[in-house]
Formats: sequence, C-alpha cells, structure tokens
Amino acid sequence: MPQVRLPTILRNHAGGAATVTSAGATVAEVLQDLEDRYPGMAGQLRNADGSMPRFVNVYVNDDDVRYLDQQDTKVGDADEISILPAVAGGCGR
Amino acid sequence: MLLLAPSAHLRMIGHCLDGLPLEACGLLAGRPSTGEALICYPCRNAAASARVYEVEPGDHLKADRDAEARGLEILGVFHSHTHTVAYPSPIDVAQAPDPAWHYVLVSLKDGEPVTRSYRIVEGKVTEEPVVLDGA
Repeated sequence: MPQVRLPTILRNHAGGAATVTSAGATVAEVLQDLEDRYPGMAGQLRNADGSMPRFVNVYVNDDDVRYLDQQDTKVGDADEISILPAVAGGCGR
Repeated sequence: MLLLAPSAHLRMIGHCLDGLPLEACGLLAGRPSTGEALICYPCRNAAASARVYEVEPGDHLKADRDAEARGLEILGVFHSHTHTVAYPSPIDVAQAPDPAWHYVLVSLKDGEPVTRSYRIVEGKVTEEPVVLDGA
C-alpha cells in the first residue's frame, strides 16, 4: 500500500505517526481514507467543496499533484505521498 | 527558547544576506526530543519578492526528507525582513502553518543582522530567547 508522510501538525491525529499507509488508488481516495480513519484531519486536507486548500501541498514521490492530475493522480503500492503545509509570509510592505 | 547550533545560525544569516534585496527563507531541523535546531536548510523564495516569501515547495520536500533520513524533524522556519524589524508581520501570523514551530526572523534593516525567534499559536505571538549552543 502507498506510504503517506504526514506533516508534524497532523501527526497527533494519527497517534503521533510520521508515516501511515493508505489503501487509496488515487490521491482523492488516500485523502478520503485519511479523513475517515483520522477524523481530526477532516477539514484540514480539503475544502468543503472537496478541492485542495492553497496552504496544503501534496506530492506523489517528487511531484506536486497540482502539476499532475490533481486529486485524480493515481498512486500505487510503491508510491510515497507527502503532505506538507505551504510555508509563506513576509513583511508585506 | 530556540536552541540553535552556531553552524545553522551562520548558514541562516549567510542565506539571508545572499538573498538581498529580496526576502530569503529556509527551514530549521533538529531533534524533536531536545528542540535543538541543528541544521539550516536554505530554500528558494518562490515569491521572489522583497515584501513576501513562500518557501519553494520542492525545497521544503527535500529538506523534510533529508531531515527524516537523519532522524530529525523540521522544527521551524526562518525568513528575512530586508527593511523592517525582526517581528512577525500580520501576514506571518496569519499564515503560520504549525503552532509547534519556531518562527525565526532575521532583520537586515540596519546592516548588522538581528535574529529573533517567536512562537505563533492561534494568532498570538510570543518572543522566545535564541540560544546558540555548542553543538
């Protein structure tokens, strides 16, 4: 099953695990699976309309899924999915 | 308190100076057990701006993987303020991704870099001391 690497902020919802496995065959299925198994992640991985929030980056291996097939991106047993927060800010003026 | 290895501190300051006139950014990794930041990962500023930064997501992924391979964890983020003080801006506060992280600011406003570190939890900013340790 694909491995999913979790950012530190979501690990407490998964009992502290840095990496979990998921049976999903697409990114959407993996995210749904995470939300089903770890209810604390619901609302943090996807917007209410199912789209991915701008502040969440999801990778399949080295590739940002926004440049693949977004949530329709297929994942297989050998794939590693990484979820990372977008990190941004600045003085703003 | 942010315990920061002197080598990581120097690398961070160097990256901020190299980035001028733009804001520079990067990530700090260390042992979660001690909270000691041992490694600085300079990252590209995807925003390429003097007013805002965005850690290049691919650089973040590489840093995260490298830290994990060393048994470390990303503990915080740093960025420079090129012409303002080393205090989190409203944008920094609004976009702080993780309440467990250290948010390090390097001000280059006055020539001599000024480093300060903060915790940002639910919009509340608290300064913490920066201690350069002997690691």
